[in-house]
Amino acid sequence: MAEPKVKYDRQLRIWGEQGQAALEKSSICLLNSGPTGSETLKNLVLGGIGSITVVDGSKVEEGDLGNNFMVDESSIGQSKAKCVCSFLQELNDAVKAKFIEEYPEELIETNPSFFSQFTLVVATQLVEDSMIKLDRICREANVILIFARSYGLAGFVRISFKEHTVIESKPEHFLDDLRLNNPWPELKSLAEGIELNVQDPVAHKHIPYVIILVKVADEWAKSHGGALPSTREEKREFKELIKARMRGQDEDNYKEAIEASFKVFSPQGISSDLQQIVNDSSAEVDSNSSDFWVLVAALKEFIANEGGGETPLEGSIPDMTSSTEQYVNLQNIYQKKAEADIVAIERRVRSILKKIGRDSNSIPRTTIKSFCKNSRKLKICRFRLIEDEFNSPNLPELQKYLTDEDFSTAVGIYILLRAVDRFAANYNSFPGQYESAMEEDIPRLKSTASGLLNDLGCNGATLAEDLINEMCRFGAAELHAVAALVGGIASQEIIKLITRQFVPMSGTFIFNGIDHKSQLLSL
Amino acid sequence: MADTSPQPSRSRDLDKLLLRPGNLVGPRFEPGPETRDDLQAYARVLVVGAGGLGCELLKDLALTGFRNLDVIDMDRIEVTNLNRQFLFRLEDVGKPKAEVAAKRVMERISGVNIVPHFCRIEDKDISFYNDFNIIALGLDSIEARSYINGVACSFLEYDSYNNPREETIKPMVDGGTEGFKGHARVILPGITPCFECTIWLFPPQVKFPLCTLAETPRTAAHCIEYAHLIKWNEVHGGTAFDPDDPEHMKWVYNEALKRAELFGIPGVTYSLTQGVVKNIIPAIASTNAIISAACALETLKIATECSKTLSNYLSYNGTQGVHTKVTEFERDKDCLVCGPGVLIEVEPSVTLQKFIYLLEEHPKLWLSRASVSHQGKNLYLQAPTVLEEMTRSNLSQTLFNLMGKVTRDIVHVNGTATKNDQKISCMRKLLVVFKGTDGVADMDTAGGA
Repeated sequence: MAEPKVKYDRQLRIWGEQGQAALEKSSICLLNSGPTGSETLKNLVLGGIGSITVVDGSKVEEGDLGNNFMVDESSIGQSKAKCVCSFLQELNDAVKAKFIEEYPEELIETNPSFFSQFTLVVATQLVEDSMIKLDRICREANVILIFARSYGLAGFVRISFKEHTVIESKPEHFLDDLRLNNPWPELKSLAEGIELNVQDPVAHKHIPYVIILVKVADEWAKSHGGALPSTREEKREFKELIKARMRGQDEDNYKEAIEASFKVFSPQGISSDLQQIVNDSSAEVDSNSSDFWVLVAALKEFIANEGGGETPLEGSIPDMTSSTEQYVNLQNIYQKKAEADIVAIERRVRSILKKIGRDSNSIPRTTIKSFCKNSRKLKICRFRLIEDEFNSPNLPELQKYLTDEDFSTAVGIYILLRAVDRFAANYNSFPGQYESAMEEDIPRLKSTASGLLNDLGCNGATLAEDLINEMCRFGAAELHAVAALVGGIASQEIIKLITRQFVPMSGTFIFNGIDHKSQLLSL
Repeated sequence: MADTSPQPSRSRDLDKLLLRPGNLVGPRFEPGPETRDDLQAYARVLVVGAGGLGCELLKDLALTGFRNLDVIDMDRIEVTNLNRQFLFRLEDVGKPKAEVAAKRVMERISGVNIVPHFCRIEDKDISFYNDFNIIALGLDSIEARSYINGVACSFLEYDSYNNPREETIKPMVDGGTEGFKGHARVILPGITPCFECTIWLFPPQVKFPLCTLAETPRTAAHCIEYAHLIKWNEVHGGTAFDPDDPEHMKWVYNEALKRAELFGIPGVTYSLTQGVVKNIIPAIASTNAIISAACALETLKIATECSKTLSNYLSYNGTQGVHTKVTEFERDKDCLVCGPGVLIEVEPSVTLQKFIYLLEEHPKLWLSRASVSHQGKNLYLQAPTVLEEMTRSNLSQTLFNLMGKVTRDIVHVNGTATKNDQKISCMRKLLVVFKGTDGVADMDTAGGA
């Protein structure tokens, strides 16, 4: 066994040891081990997921050899679950792999409690009826559920879970937390101790832009009744003020200050997204509340009290032109304030825990620290029950998609993927599954789809004939490349859900393999 | 479920797409078993790179009806590959990637033939690349993409109206990933933008100014780069730094740590040291799977026209939700690589030696150490020595004679150019026109100059 740290190096650089530990602790159940399912698991097994359980009642046929890499000629006639499971095990011996030779549809009917043992269930190639049943079971048991389906050149991925909360959402472009619009006393006094008009030209061009902006903003506020620039004209003037202090074109720190001056103008306080989170009714905590909501409750108190309307400080600063000494001093000032804020939040967390009758040390300090560092970036994802979406989709959205050029193919695929299940329930095969019935299947699918649209409240809406034809042409084929793509997306969402890092998709991802104009639909 | 069960066939699923007519297909799609059989029998695809994308591509193509594949990669398997390069096992570490990858796919899928090439892409003759119908790129370097792109575009010929000759178009599909992000694109030289037309999509890597490293380090990365770029040379003078030598890496790490302590800078770790020095790009299985699958699907569409094609660039980002976007980029009409060729007008009296010298001075080329070929015949080769000696006598002959006294024709040159202070090998297509020969005076089709 290679040292796991080396083997997983390239992914540890993304989700860190904590994320990796979460993956290694989790247990995943796969329903149906065709290529969509086996490719989903392949990516998770490689990454070192804790355990997998493959559920499939079918035997390997000749046709499976043409689309599934996890079976070969020696598998023909054997349990597909068993073959796929043993090929997956080859990829990583650290993963516990087992299989159950049973049809998922039967398991859903006869043994619903089976699913509660897993962290997450990934259900592939299920038809609507089973999806709805499984969704209810998993929702009840609080097990994360993810659906994935490949169908010809189309497919979808959909997450279902009551609530997924994220501390480490890791957005790519997020404004740093420098508080230049609202500096705290220690930052102000550090700035006061630094002379902008220093004689030494080397020193002059190594004053960090943060200090320049704090000083110039302070100067501005003094002459403007305490206010910071707000109008376009004032902002321009402010920049001119900085420019006037520049001694030469090579002073990168001043250029950085001008470029970053918008950080002085930006409004104080928390974002509307965060406001919504602290106002959420879940922030009224009781003994059943999750750690996340206890932390949010503490954050809410902090913002209203010692935070003075602001979140705890993030504590890190970006690289900027500076002498080493001044940069390190600046870093320390930010660090110190961040640590003081953590202490304040921690005090509140402990007292809230006590109040709701929990062990006041039940949330570790490392979690509180991470929460404080990321408090501006919290994310909450809630997913509708599949049944609710199927019975009463968001009608205005649906109607918008149907008429929007960018969405019409994707929503057409969405409707048709549902229509093929209705079709199969009525005619005992998928449209175009058998060559002999192609001619009659096309009009049948067309009328099934219009019936469905009517039921959803989109009377009179029609889908493109070409797309209906295409769906019949697909004949429920599970193409390997489409399965690898859909399974790839499913596995990526699973990783985000389990590591509780990054943000999972909301709504239904519709894969469009015809021209790759895939879309997320929020219905 | 059904009344009639079809013949058991390995292409059960693929047949639906290849045997049935459709309305959302390419203009030359001919549904039927011949399309499938021809794909299996004749289509040849080269997979460039047998890493994260390459492993996926080989599997995907082999399960998408392609049976004649080649794979080229100069690397050997490392432990850090195993979290995503699913064709490799721990016991394969140290073996050539191309060979193991080819073997594993052939073991699993009968009827597929994969020829591995364990070498640099530059080691192959240009004609090697011309034997393939489609080239699929699974690379992580801009230089390698640029090289293959140059080779593929060198086959492109234009007719006298400056329209690309269809039979000379060498299609490429290109994938790339970084963490949760990636892209897949289709390049039809002469029709869609080539890699060089949109080179700006890859911004140059930001390097730290040396004075920051030497005088005002502020971050852990600054300390690491100081140890790597400055201190190493000071102490080890003659010995070149080898990023794959763990002793070298440890030395850099220790020096970086010392410097960080001296300046009070936090954050130097061994892992970060490796990341900075080797410019490690994080990589995971799922993104590679997504991007490769998109490339494989497009390869099938190029070969059969069984559906519409991606036109022409798909970007993917899975960090915040799932975002995909298709952008139709446009060709750079003045592209030196996929255009009709750089126009070079010379006197018929110019010798090959003089011609090679002219290339070094040419403001659009700056190409040194050029090897020259015409109509697939090597006029002069810089290396290897045997071939250099064989072609040396051509240097004193006139290019006009060597090219069979034609008035104008395409010549391929392969040499070294300097780009962003870096020497890169590249392939260029030149349209050579001999002054004062027949029909040259009213030559108005040399638009690529």
